Amino acid sequence: MYSLRGRRTGALLIAVALALTACGSKTGENESSSSGAVADTSGDTVKVGLLNSLSGTMAISEVTVRDSIKLAVEEINASGGVLGKKLEPISEDGASDWPTFAEKAEKLIKEDRVAAVFGCWTSASRKAVKPVFEENKALLFYPVQYEGLEQSPYIFYTGATTNQQIVPGLDYLKSQGKTSVYLVGSDYVFPRTANKIIKAYAAANGMTILGEDYAPLGSTEFGTIVNKVKASKASAVFNTLNGDSNVAFFKEYKSAGLTAATMPVVSVSIAEEEVKSIGTQYLADQLTAWNYYQTTPGAANEKFVKAYKAKYGADKPTSDPMEAAYVSVYLWKAMVEKAGSFEVAKVKAASDGVTFEAPEGTVTIDGATQHIYKTARIGKVGGDGLITEVWNSGSPVKPDPYLKGYAWATGLS
Amino acid sequence: MTSTVERPVSAPPAASRRRFVSKAPLRAGAGLAAAAVLLFAVAPVALSDFRLSLLAKYLCFAMVAVGIGLAWGRGGLLTLGQGVFFGLGGYAMAMHMKLADAGPGQMPDFMLLYGQLDALPWWWAPFRSPYFALPATVLLPMLVAFLLGSLVFRRRVRGAYFAILSQALAAALAIFLIGQQGTTGGTNGLTDFQGFFGYDLDDPVNQRMVYFIVAGSLLALLLIARQLIKSRYGELLVAVRDSEERVRFLGYNPANVKLVAYVVAAGMAGLAGALFVPAVGIINPALIGIVPSIEFVIGVAVGGRATLLGPVIGAVAVAWARTTLSEEFPAAWTYLQGLLFVLVVAFLPGGLASVYRLLKERRHGRA
Repeated sequence: MYSLRGRRTGALLIAVALALTACGSKTGENESSSSGAVADTSGDTVKVGLLNSLSGTMAISEVTVRDSIKLAVEEINASGGVLGKKLEPISEDGASDWPTFAEKAEKLIKEDRVAAVFGCWTSASRKAVKPVFEENKALLFYPVQYEGLEQSPYIFYTGATTNQQIVPGLDYLKSQGKTSVYLVGSDYVFPRTANKIIKAYAAANGMTILGEDYAPLGSTEFGTIVNKVKASKASAVFNTLNGDSNVAFFKEYKSAGLTAATMPVVSVSIAEEEVKSIGTQYLADQLTAWNYYQTTPGAANEKFVKAYKAKYGADKPTSDPMEAAYVSVYLWKAMVEKAGSFEVAKVKAASDGVTFEAPEGTVTIDGATQHIYKTARIGKVGGDGLITEVWNSGSPVKPDPYLKGYAWATGLS
Repeated sequence: MTSTVERPVSAPPAASRRRFVSKAPLRAGAGLAAAAVLLFAVAPVALSDFRLSLLAKYLCFAMVAVGIGLAWGRGGLLTLGQGVFFGLGGYAMAMHMKLADAGPGQMPDFMLLYGQLDALPWWWAPFRSPYFALPATVLLPMLVAFLLGSLVFRRRVRGAYFAILSQALAAALAIFLIGQQGTTGGTNGLTDFQGFFGYDLDDPVNQRMVYFIVAGSLLALLLIARQLIKSRYGELLVAVRDSEERVRFLGYNPANVKLVAYVVAAGMAGLAGALFVPAVGIINPALIGIVPSIEFVIGVAVGGRATLLGPVIGAVAVAWARTTLSEEFPAAWTYLQGLLFVLVVAFLPGGLASVYRLLKERRHGRA
């Protein structure tokens, strides 16, 4: 009797389902089928979303980004807010889990109706939330250097793209006569794509790639890789390892007798925060490629470093992604004020040419790519754990996420 | 009090036989009807579009849980690798949706970016056809489970060894997918889907539709599980769980009995994975590795593994708690989640499904 009822229920469900199918729109039938979530700007305050991993493997990095976004929000509120409205930050935990990022992004947009979201770190989390922002026509500010080859109309990229970090790093190596390079990276999208670009650059610039090795994210076993690196007699190593793996890699590197003098390592994911956790004794004189260091000169940076340390502790360093996140809030403010509205379409339209006197120097939004002009900087790790600049690009580099301006990069995208 | 101590799920054979002839299946029938009303009448009215799409995600986990309840709760097969089957189903569906988005003869967007391939890899090609992809979401996991299960169960691998083996498989598949960035999307996985069999996924009406399909599928799986549990095979499965040797001496082959439960559970996980993709819009290696595979099992343990509806309640409760706690306490929710699990395991060994029975016993005790 019960199974009969079950079958009847099943039949009913199918009927309901079939009846409902008729209602939805088909793909391509109606482009504006979803009008997008509208931010709630009716009250005295405007909500902004903070989307970072506060738990899981990425928390150690992303919490610092969340902290510097909060600092920027507080500073803006103290000076009167945006268009006369105070900002109300809503923080969500992406939990180092990409579907969770998508879920939380949707919650911030649809339930909290925030005017903009700041955050995400890994490329995978950005790829997971990208369709959510595009579908709801909402804004995301992404503050971390990444592998390029992306240009979503609803994301502003305030970290470096490849031609503002990796290409200058390679230019620097070439200028130093380091023409044989070994590639070491974590096994995920950023290192694999970065190395593809490096190989194309090398082929066109007379550099040789002696080897390419990947370790799983979080791996701490580097004996084999370091032995291969040593045996290759490369003149430099290009390191795209992320997180904990760097600790194991550099310890192994040092115990194999390799030093910055004999075979320098250029790292693109080691900033001040990571230097502290790896230990300066393992990193002394190694190279990094970024757009900002805590030691970058200028009044804007002095103010930023001072404010950050006053709020979070004197022993807390500031780093490139933190600075880019801090800058992204101010850039959004400038865009909103230029547009005179919180409306996403108007903010986007006003974006081109918006500038901000950032801790890293003047940054300008390139409206066409929604990336920003940034000065490339090569730094050397000092004994005090800080990174000092040894070279910079002189002026901010125009963002080129698809490397269209580089002949050697044709066929990469 | 003594009865509470005896309750743990690995109850002695006599007790479980008694449970079999008791009214439990009848109550499960009433529970099923209640679940149908909740899912189809209450939830769509009471929840916003956003919450309803979250519920669709939880229900996908619940579908995996139904299978685990069958294999582990009934059959004693502690499978720590259901992520593999979830992933196979999910990737099969995602590959089809990617190809459908790309259009006839075109390659998916991420392959052009990362793969630099001249042509679609041969193993992608068949997924262009919905007539291949749809059955594959269920049959592919079942085939893998059949091959693995026939090897393992015949060799009488069981207990912790089986659990470790199933877990290693989950780790291996996740690592393999990450390494093949050009053809599988690597850590990014497959995401950014426009349509689901021609229906625009951006449209809230279609999102609701996906929810109804998920809810309907879950009920269908529950009916299948219920029929299996009630059947003679179901009794045999419990017998194998409680005393495999005795069943062997009675002339049955326990390997085949276990194989059926394992393969059915894999098919359920595959269907769950396939529906997860349109419901959530992403499938990636992080969803199929060791951690999510264990989380599936945690949900089942919290709900009560040996009952029909327990695993569903547990999976939904754990996922729901995860969302709510992380919204309320973004910095502390992982601790709360752990605490919840410890409390349930310590004080409710039969899972949430045993609350009703506990309360009833307590009332009787007082009277």
